[in-house]
Order: sequence, then C-alpha cells, then structure tokens
Amino acid sequence: MELASLTIDAARSAVESGRITATALAERHFEKIANADPQIGAYLTLSKERALHKAAAIDALAVKGEKLPPLAGVPIGIKDVMATAGVRTTAGSKVLGDYVPPYDCTAVARLEAAGAVVLGKLNCDEFAMGSSNENSAWKPVRNPRDLSRVPGGSSGGSAAAVAADMAVFTLGSDTGGSIRQPAAFCGVVGLMPTYGRVSRYGLIAFASSLDRIGPLTKTVKDAATVMQVIAGRDAMDSTSAEVPVPDYIADMTKPVRGLRLGVAEEYFGEGLDAEIKQAVEAAVQKLAALGCEIVPVSLPHTKYAIPTYYLIATAEASSNLARYDGVRYGYRARDGKTLSEMYRRTRDQGFGAEVKRRIMLGTYALSAGYYDAYYLKAQKARTLLAQDFEEAFKKVDAIVTPTSPTAAFKLGEKVDDPLAMYLADIYTVTADLAGIPGISIPCGETKEKLPIGLQILGKHFDEATILRVAHAFEQTAH
Amino acid sequence: MRITDKDVAYVAELANLELSEQERTRMLQDLNSILDYVDRLNELDTSSVLPMAQVSDRYSLDPSEKGGRFAHASREDVVEGLRKSLPHTIALQNAPDADDKFFRVPKVIER
Repeated sequence: MELASLTIDAARSAVESGRITATALAERHFEKIANADPQIGAYLTLSKERALHKAAAIDALAVKGEKLPPLAGVPIGIKDVMATAGVRTTAGSKVLGDYVPPYDCTAVARLEAAGAVVLGKLNCDEFAMGSSNENSAWKPVRNPRDLSRVPGGSSGGSAAAVAADMAVFTLGSDTGGSIRQPAAFCGVVGLMPTYGRVSRYGLIAFASSLDRIGPLTKTVKDAATVMQVIAGRDAMDSTSAEVPVPDYIADMTKPVRGLRLGVAEEYFGEGLDAEIKQAVEAAVQKLAALGCEIVPVSLPHTKYAIPTYYLIATAEASSNLARYDGVRYGYRARDGKTLSEMYRRTRDQGFGAEVKRRIMLGTYALSAGYYDAYYLKAQKARTLLAQDFEEAFKKVDAIVTPTSPTAAFKLGEKVDDPLAMYLADIYTVTADLAGIPGISIPCGETKEKLPIGLQILGKHFDEATILRVAHAFEQTAH
Repeated sequence: MRITDKDVAYVAELANLELSEQERTRMLQDLNSILDYVDRLNELDTSSVLPMAQVSDRYSLDPSEKGGRFAHASREDVVEGLRKSLPHTIALQNAPDADDKFFRVPKVIER
C-alpha cells in the first residue's frame, strides 16, 4: 500500500475491506518512520506496543465482520504536549524528560475510541513556545519539503509527520499560530477550532485563555472527519462549550456560491513576501470564480496583535509554568540544599532559553507597578482586536488571508532574534486572541518549491463554513 | 533601557529562576528589545475599553442568544468527583523523590 496521499477514508476502507490489516498498516508506518525520520526528527517517542495492541483490536473486529468505527485502523501521531497514559510526554522540555502521564488527554482518548492507532509522540517547541521547532529541548525538526528549512512551529513535528507520510493525520495545538503556520510551511491542512470547541483536558498548559487542540491532515475532508470525533463538551474541561456539533462532512460539501468572503488590506501590507501575496490573491480570484462574493473588510488593530499576544501569552505562561518545581513530577536538580534553592536550580536546569525568556517577560508584565501598563493594557487591546472581527463578520461569512508572511525559513535564520521569530505569527495570532476558528490550506508554491498557505478565518463555532470554503478551494486544485 | 540588571534579578527571583551571568546579560537585552516593541500599545486609547481576560468575558454565556455559548467554570457539584482519585502509588510514580506515602523535598526549616 502506497502511504503517500493516504487519507482517512482510504486507510479505513482498506482495513474494512481486508485489503490490509490495521496491524500491517501500522507496521508500514513504523517502517516509514524508521527510514525517513532520522533525517526529519518529527517523532520523539514511539508507542509501538500501544499502537499494535489497538491495531490488533481493530483487526479482531474486522475479522468478525463488525461495523468498524470512523477512524478504524488509521495511524496517527500526537504532539508531545498532550498526555498519553503510560507513554512518555515531555512537551519538548527537559523538565518533563521522564514524565509518564497516568491519564489520557480527552482528544486522544476520543480518537482512539474511534479506532485510531497512536504511533507516537511528536516533536515540538518546548511547551509549544516557538515558530520554528528550534526550541525543542531534544532536537530540531526539518521540513520534509526542504531539509535545510524549518517546518514551522510549534507543532513542527505534527506538520512534518503528515507531510512525510509518517502518519495519516496528527494532532497539534495552537496558541498563536502553532497549527496553521507549520501546516503552511509543510504544505498540509491545519485547523484551529473555536476556543471551547475541543476539550483541552490533558493538554499541557501554555496560555490557557488561548490554547486549543486541532488536526493537521492531508485533506480538508480529513480535518472535518477528525473534528467530528474530537469536538464537543467534556465535563473534565470547564472551558469546553455546550454547543451542538454539526455534521461537518455534510456541511463541507454545500456549495460556496453566494458566500461573502472578506479580504482585509491589513494582511497584505509591509512584510508580506511578494510570491505569497501573489499566490493568495490568485486564490481569492479562484474563490470569486466559484461564486463567492469578495468584500473588502477592515481589521484596523491588526498591527497591535503581536505585542498584545506576547504580553498575554507570556503572563499566562509564567503562571502556568510555576508548577514545574521538582516536587511532584518531572526533573529535579540534585544540587539544591534548601527547598527554594532546589526550586530555582530545577527551573534553571530544566527550562530552555525561550521558555525562561517568556517566563521572565510574563512575570515582569504581571509584577507590581507594571500590571496596568502591560498586562491590563494588553487585555484591553485584545478587546479591540476582537471587536475588529465582530465588525467584519457583520459583513462577511469568512475572511481570507495569507497564513504566514513568508514561506519556510532556514534553520538558524531567526534563532538569535526573538522579535523576528515572533513576527512569523503576525497573521495567525489575531484569531487566537479573538477566539475564532481558522484553517490553513496549501495554495501553491514559491519558485523554490516551498509550500504557501491560505488562511480562512470564521465566526465563533462556525468551523463548518471555513471547511466548506477550504474544501471548495481544494477541489479547484484537482 | 527601561529594564536594568536590578530588575532582571528581581523578576528572576519572583519567577524562581537563578540565571547565570551570561543569561542575565542576554535577558536584559532581549527584554528591553521586546518591551520597546510592545510600547506601540500606548498609541491606543483604551480609557473606555473593557479588558478581555477570557473569550467568555466578551461573548455570551446564554445558549439562547446567537453567537454561541462559551463555557465557564461553574457547574453542579458532583460529590464523588468527575473521576476517581488516582491510587497513591500512581500519584507518586512520577515524583523525583518520595517514600510510600509522601513527596520528599529538601529541608524547609533550619533549626
């Protein structure tokens, strides 16, 4: 069986019809990982035993001729920020180097209950903080399309594994663009659902008012299929919403004629690479040719998004990461003689440079005398950014933008300039701050054959419309 | 330079970090450059703008209202808990240092 372009439907129907067993399909993926991943670095931990156990259970069902669940036998990978019972979960950090969770993340548990086979845990920036995957404490990930370039971040392993056919789909997490930007860099589909749409129980927290879990897939339909399984209220996550889950596949195939698509000039200005601009403008033209009405909209506070994001995300991170103190789990420095010395040395030795930088910035923004000037100011700017979208969505059903201002950059290119790295998220952070969903889909290549991503943003809980637009666009490429 | 060596030392203490000499020098430079950049927020008049700490701060909690319903922390109490407590051995298995009942830490009080 050819793994390239293997979708959920193709994998499942091959297992269902008996053309391949779930066990053989998992083994084929492990072979592919053994051959390709030494060059790429997408996987941190393989969960062979768990995968083969699950695959055997699916095969037993298939032999009995029983109806198979929607993801039966589909091999997947999970970003290493999601807890997997009995399988090491590091969040890309030394501080969790030996951590073996006693429980499963809800999103992972739902995928497995639907028949998916978890192959292993995927590399990422430490605590999902980064835009290039170079902040992983273990190893960088290389872009399968060009090994001298980054795969994007922080879900770099999740995007690279899908692009290199080392999983049919993967889960990633998005706090400032961490699903969509790597999806764009690696030429795959990445969906960030609405805040509250997918349970975050078992997701290692970075910035809790922003963090979301979502799929990286080979096709838009696969993203819709995964959403059908993971979306919906979970009593274990008090921020998960009690909103009914629609039939994403049925909605996705509705015609796009007459849909109003917003184009905001703020996303096409200075800093946008000319080739990306051209590709995204061509994509907008294609959508217009499909019968969508293109409407200019204004999102005037966009230029304040990065400063707003980096104050809010770091403030929340400084609080969330206080738990890593060497007491209950994770790394402990052995040279601390007193409790407080042990805390400090554990954190000094356990965290990498970017994580320390963000903890420091966030602690500063929350400290006495600076709270109003930084943290509170950013929360108010967040309101203005959210209002921009409220106004725009009075006029349009979805908004179309580039996902990233550039294609994948070279390893090492931005590591010494944190601010330049932060600006890689300039078109993605706004949706995180406003709580709205967004998807990135491939829309062409640069002259150097690097993938370009088209971002489609939607209204709260309206993943169905952005999937519909994305699917219609995807069809034009065939 | 709005942040000084002293600020870096103070914030590191608040954050329970020690940081080497080299790290402090780099931190000073990075934080100042990032804070210079975030300064552009001061261009915004936010005197009559409400802060948004959570998505639910701004969007309806009422399911009958259009725009969806964002969840919040309150729910009916479940006396037995939403899931069983972890067994003692499991709860301690990731601890860097523990006996059969407790997490062990270095001495807290000198006598």
